[in-house]
Amino acid sequence: MLKKRIIPCLDVKNGRVVKGINFVGLKDAGDPVEQAKIYSDGGADEICFLDITASNENRDTIYEVVEKTSKKCFVPLTVGGGVRSIDDINKLLNCGADKVSINTAAVQNSKVVEDSSRKFGSQCIVVAIDAKRKDDGWEIFTHGGRNPTGINALEFASKMEKCGAGELLVTSMDKDGTQSGYDIELMQKLSSMVNIPVIASGGVGTLDHLVDGIKSGASAVLAASIFHYGTYSVNEAKQYLASKDIPVRI
Amino acid sequence: MDVTIVDYKSGNISSVINSFKEVAKDKVNIRVTSDLNKIKSSDKVVLPGQGSFKSCIDSLNSINGLIDTLSEFVLNNKKPLLGICVGLQMFADVGYEEVETKGLGWIPGKVSKIDNQNGKYKLPHIGWNQINIVKDSKIFKDIENNSHMYFVHSYEFIPDDNSVTVATTDYASKIVCAIEDENIFGTQFHPEKSDKIGLKIIDNFINS
Repeated sequence: MLKKRIIPCLDVKNGRVVKGINFVGLKDAGDPVEQAKIYSDGGADEICFLDITASNENRDTIYEVVEKTSKKCFVPLTVGGGVRSIDDINKLLNCGADKVSINTAAVQNSKVVEDSSRKFGSQCIVVAIDAKRKDDGWEIFTHGGRNPTGINALEFASKMEKCGAGELLVTSMDKDGTQSGYDIELMQKLSSMVNIPVIASGGVGTLDHLVDGIKSGASAVLAASIFHYGTYSVNEAKQYLASKDIPVRI
Repeated sequence: MDVTIVDYKSGNISSVINSFKEVAKDKVNIRVTSDLNKIKSSDKVVLPGQGSFKSCIDSLNSINGLIDTLSEFVLNNKKPLLGICVGLQMFADVGYEEVETKGLGWIPGKVSKIDNQNGKYKLPHIGWNQINIVKDSKIFKDIENNSHMYFVHSYEFIPDDNSVTVATTDYASKIVCAIEDENIFGTQFHPEKSDKIGLKIIDNFINS
């Protein structure tokens, strides 16, 4: 049976790990390569790096981090943040990333998703959707959550599936950093609408939130703070999910 | 010993290179090339594959003499080759991804889209799934039945003769996920991304 995945995410800035609260107010907290190795040794199903300020700054640090990590961690590594073009994707994959997540560029030009999934295969193209509740739906934001777009998240998700995205990484901006749980309604609506796997993100504070995320239909749950600050280990999270009859790799 | 990872400019092979180098340490020489003479002189060959069946076959074809060299290595010289993911799928006679495409024809069979039962199962099949070992294989030495491996694919290899199947996995139906036919080995899952247990499979291939 296919197992539900737990994906610890590390927010990386200038080659160092940080964790933002609602995307601002960053704290420095460590070396991403070491942290990723701790996660993979602890049973993480995948590792995710989000280069949070990559849109504005020198990106060379992330390439070095990816290169070092991929020589030490033998589970899938996803890298996102500031990925603009086929060239960016190619460079990250060559450094050892297994998947690349695309956010702003996918919104601005869906052809990037079409072209890259054709060139590199859908399996390595993750579209990251940052969504915020608006009226009775969700609006997507770009540039690390700074810019509203007026685009409906559900319609966009469907479009990305057609363009060849292999997975959707869905972050609720209302929930991100609040530790009050995923936006379950958003995850339910999205997962039941698309035929590709959905990774739930944004808002995890307890292990029950991970359970709720999986029950909403997500194939994988992503969390940063609860693992990063040592509230729970990845293994504890897996044991807890298993105790709730959720199939996980232990 | 020389093990060559065939670099035919299709998809991302960094993880394959990293994992083989990690396992090989200083004992085995890992080469990454499409140079025909180097392939010929290798003891073992690894054929990775990412993207579509068609794009991988097209890339193999774009390097003059590569397919003939690989076929000779495998079919005439009977030296060990490991295909990973689409690398395994290409062993088939034919693939149906994008358009009908002729495969290498080393192992009779076809590659078709996984029947997802009208959307009941999401595709690609991504993540950790357990393998059912149905037959002894050199690559499964010290690997327990029901071990977890990392998968990412939407198409499956269906061999004409099931005796080459050494492991299956359950997703929508029983999917062939590892094969062994004399000197030809293949895994649908990614040993290079399957943590320590995956590295053990690579070790088994290199050192068997």
